[in-house]
Amino acid sequence: MPLLLSGNEAIVEGALASGCRMFGGYPITPSSDIAEKMSLRLPKMGGKFIQMEDEIASLGACLGSSLTGIRSMTATSGPGFSLMQEHIGFAAMAEIPCVIVNVQRGGPSTGLPTYPSQGDVMQSRWGTHGDHPIIVLVPFSILECYTLTIKAFNYSDKFRTPVIILSDEILAHLREKIELLKEIDVKVRNFPEVPPEEYLPFDSRYLVPPLAPYGKGYRFHITGLVHDETGFPTADPEKVRSLQERLASKIPEEEVRDMDVRYMDDARICLFSIGSIARSALRAVLQLRKKNKKVGFIRPITVWPFPYDEIKRLSRDLDVIYVCEMNMGQIVGEVERAAECDVRFIGKADGTIISPGEILYRVMH
Amino acid sequence: MKTEIAVKYLRQEKLPFIWCAGCGHGIILASILRAIDGFGWSKDEICIISGIGCCGRTPGYLDFHTLHTTHGRALTFATGIKFANPALKVIVVMGDGDSVAIGGNHFIHAARRNIDVTAIIFNNYIYGMTGGQASPTTPVGKIASTAPYGAIDPPFDIVELAIGCGATYVARGTAFHVPALDNLIKKALIHKGFSVVDVLSPCPTAFGRRNTMKGVVENFTWLKENVISKSAIKGKKGAEIGKRIIIGEFLNIEKPEYTEIYKRDIIDKVRSPSP
Ligand SMILES: Cc1ncc(C[n+]2csc(CCOP(=O)(O)OP(=O)(O)O)c2C)c(N)n1
Ligand code: SF4
Repeated sequence: MPLLLSGNEAIVEGALASGCRMFGGYPITPSSDIAEKMSLRLPKMGGKFIQMEDEIASLGACLGSSLTGIRSMTATSGPGFSLMQEHIGFAAMAEIPCVIVNVQRGGPSTGLPTYPSQGDVMQSRWGTHGDHPIIVLVPFSILECYTLTIKAFNYSDKFRTPVIILSDEILAHLREKIELLKEIDVKVRNFPEVPPEEYLPFDSRYLVPPLAPYGKGYRFHITGLVHDETGFPTADPEKVRSLQERLASKIPEEEVRDMDVRYMDDARICLFSIGSIARSALRAVLQLRKKNKKVGFIRPITVWPFPYDEIKRLSRDLDVIYVCEMNMGQIVGEVERAAECDVRFIGKADGTIISPGEILYRVMH
Repeated sequence: MKTEIAVKYLRQEKLPFIWCAGCGHGIILASILRAIDGFGWSKDEICIISGIGCCGRTPGYLDFHTLHTTHGRALTFATGIKFANPALKVIVVMGDGDSVAIGGNHFIHAARRNIDVTAIIFNNYIYGMTGGQASPTTPVGKIASTAPYGAIDPPFDIVELAIGCGATYVARGTAFHVPALDNLIKKALIHKGFSVVDVLSPCPTAFGRRNTMKGVVENFTWLKENVISKSAIKGKKGAEIGKRIIIGEFLNIEKPEYTEIYKRDIIDKVRSPSP
């Protein structure tokens, strides 16, 4: 039976279906109803909801519960996402799975609390200090809010990494009809194959070493300091390098690549967009096609790691890529790095969406 | 530390401790281990969590589930661990800066929830690891590297803070009065609910040196002379007690514990709605 859901509700459905049984959060518009729904639904499934004192604490609590082997999630927006950066770094360094939803709103600072934005695209990649791996998934429909949440949990367990779902104020409260999946593909994290005395929580023979849950006989150390395979701090350059190199390579871009590519076969022009603004871009492509313009559409769904090679390949036969984003120019820089054609920017950050008409006008002139 | 306990609970290959000679932190650690040993708890059911600082290095030496988190945030991880798996025994060790400066908000809220976690504060009146800057417990007038003319910010009394915020077991001890400390830590660990032991711990390197306690001995003598136990003040007048710091148990009450309330009043209720 199809359901009429908002983006935030679809994320809740995806999380619960994935076996998420812990949510720690702090209210902030436009993400609060995710916390509200989780507080209502989780206990019915024996899960736990806790409202923490701030967003640093929310993510800290999720990382703690994740270490006991429980799938854990938090959700926030702008200012709360800024506060979470410290623990996103900890999760990346200590390789603790968790899912973080950032429902983007206008920024910087308190910004435009009830208006949409895509201003956190670069923050979602580089918000925390230091080199670190991360996966960022960007939905553009209510169905994707649901399916990408399921994917986010699987990726976070598979790659022992925080995964960020970058939604926005438009999707948060837009409603669309979706059909929930009857069977969910849940791939939980690997349990160690070796007995406790041989277990290395950061075993460098693996790209992603198995993580033993607390309380199951595997006693080990976790720190946010650079550590060796045993989990204990080290400053030995060789061991530091080994960790940094493994972290940098543990999420192969091809393996998590997910792109929505349409009308590219004969295209000379391409509209490139992510998330909710890709809806406007896609509409504009359809209208331009009606005018017999050879226009294609590219929408990365996994935005980080960024699909540089694919963009490079797809751009070879193009004259120009228009990058449409609801900010002052963020992802456009990555497209410029990858593309072998001209790249132009269509963007604004005034709290209003970029309409198909605006895109159409820019492409026609 | 008794050799058997040291062998049983310490990760031998991680020794020696990084702490300076005369640091009180190792004494508190030994006290925690004696308490755990007395209960006969399995190592697999114990999680010990720290933030950042000299105190933060404590878990690394211990053969339990050990987690060295971010500065001030140990209690947030502890809350998640205990909430997700109440069967685990969760102990948090924090410095004074860790627990009541950067982590002050987490401290007051963990106390408010009365979650079954034991917080042991290694209170040395100073930021040890970063070189002796003033902390929220540095007494007024004492010298710190960021208070070269003497601290002017009034210090926190961690015992009063914990009581005011809802902790249900609150005590103060020192790294000098070891048998008393053993007893307080034991009681904190078996207490159901949020328990706090504020432990005065000498830091000869970053605090003592600057504050007329040049050697290790002076740091401990200071504790000996300036501390009085709750039992010893019975019948004594205010003037006799003077400015001495009182140690002992300040609160030990029973109140519903957070994870139990969540199970009883939320999970069990919504799963079996009354007819
Ligand atoms: C967010 C953040 N701010 C600052 C620091 C630097 N820092 C490391 S330890 C410390 C203070 C340690 O003092 P305390 O908590 O009292 O513990 P002690 O070293 O005295 O045991 C500070 C400020 C940090 N690691 N993280
Ligand atoms: S600096 Fe102070 S707290 Fe740190 S190890 Fe030395 S004596 Fe202990």
